[in-house]
Amino acid sequence: MADTFEKVKQIVVDRLDVDEDKVTLEASFKDDLEADSLDVVELVMELEDEFDLEIADEDAEKISTVGDAVNYINSNQ
Amino acid sequence: MLKNQVALITGASRGIGREIALTLAKNGAKVVVNYAGSEDKAQAVVDEIESNGGEAIKIQANVSDESEVKAMIKETTKTFGNLDILVNNAGITKDNLLMRMTEADFDDVIDINLKGVFLCTKAASRQMMKQKSGRIINLSSVVGISGNPGQANYVSAKAGVIGLTKTTAKELAARNILVNAIAPGFIATDMTEKLDEAQKEQMLSLIPLNKLGKTEDVANVALFLASEQSNYVTGQTIQVDGGMVM
Repeated sequence: MADTFEKVKQIVVDRLDVDEDKVTLEASFKDDLEADSLDVVELVMELEDEFDLEIADEDAEKISTVGDAVNYINSNQ
Repeated sequence: MLKNQVALITGASRGIGREIALTLAKNGAKVVVNYAGSEDKAQAVVDEIESNGGEAIKIQANVSDESEVKAMIKETTKTFGNLDILVNNAGITKDNLLMRMTEADFDDVIDINLKGVFLCTKAASRQMMKQKSGRIINLSSVVGISGNPGQANYVSAKAGVIGLTKTTAKELAARNILVNAIAPGFIATDMTEKLDEAQKEQMLSLIPLNKLGKTEDVANVALFLASEQSNYVTGQTIQVDGGMVM
């Protein structure tokens, strides 16, 4: 869990160009991290590549916080 | 002009698609020749490109089948590393008067000519977003603007392509992916040979330039839209129709 979070955090920091301490499990990509819809799509694509999994469109739509992403990855690996 | 760029052209085994594949290859692009059924003709296009010193492969895929489309994009990037230019050209016709058109004929044409563009665009834009650049060129038709009796299915699909082009252009502009459409008029191909003489005569009388277009006329506009010459053009539909519809 912690490991996944660290990896996701690094990707989010790189991709969205935000401060590390803003990237908490509760942080919403759109509301707290200033991502637009396209940024989130790209982020999900990068997570798929990084964790070598395929996230279906209907699941991807449900990912709105950093914690959602971490949980999804942990339960699908 | 397109050195080291990778271009995927759907329905490239003949007609306008074939000409676009040859033209982009002539200008330096590595080309993926997609085809649905005509393997021999697709191979002939690959052979012609290679004999001119270019690089090309052929990939069989039905553009209306999402898994086949995804596999095609994967094979493209595996072979050539990138995907810079997508030309959505694959299309069919099943003409009939509205009153005689079957539901299946309507669905088949929409599936290939409109849904196919959506599926290929979706799969390709994933790669283009990663690259932060790309060109998508959709083949519409002038009848998608003017309407045409006997082609309710085809016209609906081609008008849909124009709307899809505009929406995709708006969604992907932020990632430097330019999306435009070409609306050819009456171009001499296998598809137009099916029309009878009376239909052709009637069409010619509507064309100010008073002649059929050539596949090269369309391919040259595709080259323009694929190249740096069109860096500030997106969301547009360029008619290549001899002035038929204004």
